[in-house]
Amino acid sequence: MILATVFESGISIQYYIVLATVLFAIGAIGVLTRRNSIILLMCIELMLNAANLLLVAFSTYFGKADGQIFVFFIMVVAAAEATVGLSILVMAYRNSRSIDVGIFNKLKG
Amino acid sequence: MNTIQLIVYLLGGLTVGSALMVILSKHPVRSVLYLVLTFFLISANYIMMNAQFVAVVNIIVYAGAIMVLFLFVLMLLNLSKENEPRSSLLVKLAASLAGGSLLVVLVAAVKDSLVLPVTGVVQNDGGLVENLGQLLFTKYVLPFEVSSILFISAMVGAILLAKREKQIID
Repeated sequence: MILATVFESGISIQYYIVLATVLFAIGAIGVLTRRNSIILLMCIELMLNAANLLLVAFSTYFGKADGQIFVFFIMVVAAAEATVGLSILVMAYRNSRSIDVGIFNKLKG
Repeated sequence: MNTIQLIVYLLGGLTVGSALMVILSKHPVRSVLYLVLTFFLISANYIMMNAQFVAVVNIIVYAGAIMVLFLFVLMLLNLSKENEPRSSLLVKLAASLAGGSLLVVLVAAVKDSLVLPVTGVVQNDGGLVENLGQLLFTKYVLPFEVSSILFISAMVGAILLAKREKQIID
């Protein structure tokens, strides 16, 4: 099965590097600005997806499928992180009736 | 500019726009829905790069499982718009400045550095499930098994954390 890639039609790899960097920076700004813990976790997912996008772009660029395998492992880590993070949030909400990230300041000794 | 270029640039612009809406939306549920849209657009990007299987898995795992979990927790906690925590304008300004400079530094460092030529024959069917399965169960079989241990420990941890404390003490 022969399929043409986007790189043969004049798109450079730099375009995907810049796109993934922009998505990563948006995720980082979200982590810094928002105070809602659930949105913080979502912004982390966005940053992980930016990394995935770059891995797939280079995998296609070099014609090797190894990069796409790493995308699966990142998805595994993201799923595990989301479940544990959300259960910690549910527990913190039960104790303090708030999901402001500031409630974790109480943890300092 | 040909059609494929037009589609790819349009997809990129839409992805960045909906990612921006994730952090700009005031209402958390709207943020989750924009993030689902972002994941669909990233999947469209994967399809444009001949990574069909990754695109489908991305929709099933992220948009189908993880985002439903987020939405479920958000509705379980039943947050209203009034008790949505807000950060001050100064914090927002400083954070945007910091994030913007991160973007500028990363782009400036990475933009001109990588012009590696592709060597050898490029196979364009690497994203199909046959090749990925072949690779996952031969070369990467050990990380695959280790990730299953990670999953089961995450599952046990999540159940233990979400249980009511009273029951744990009893």
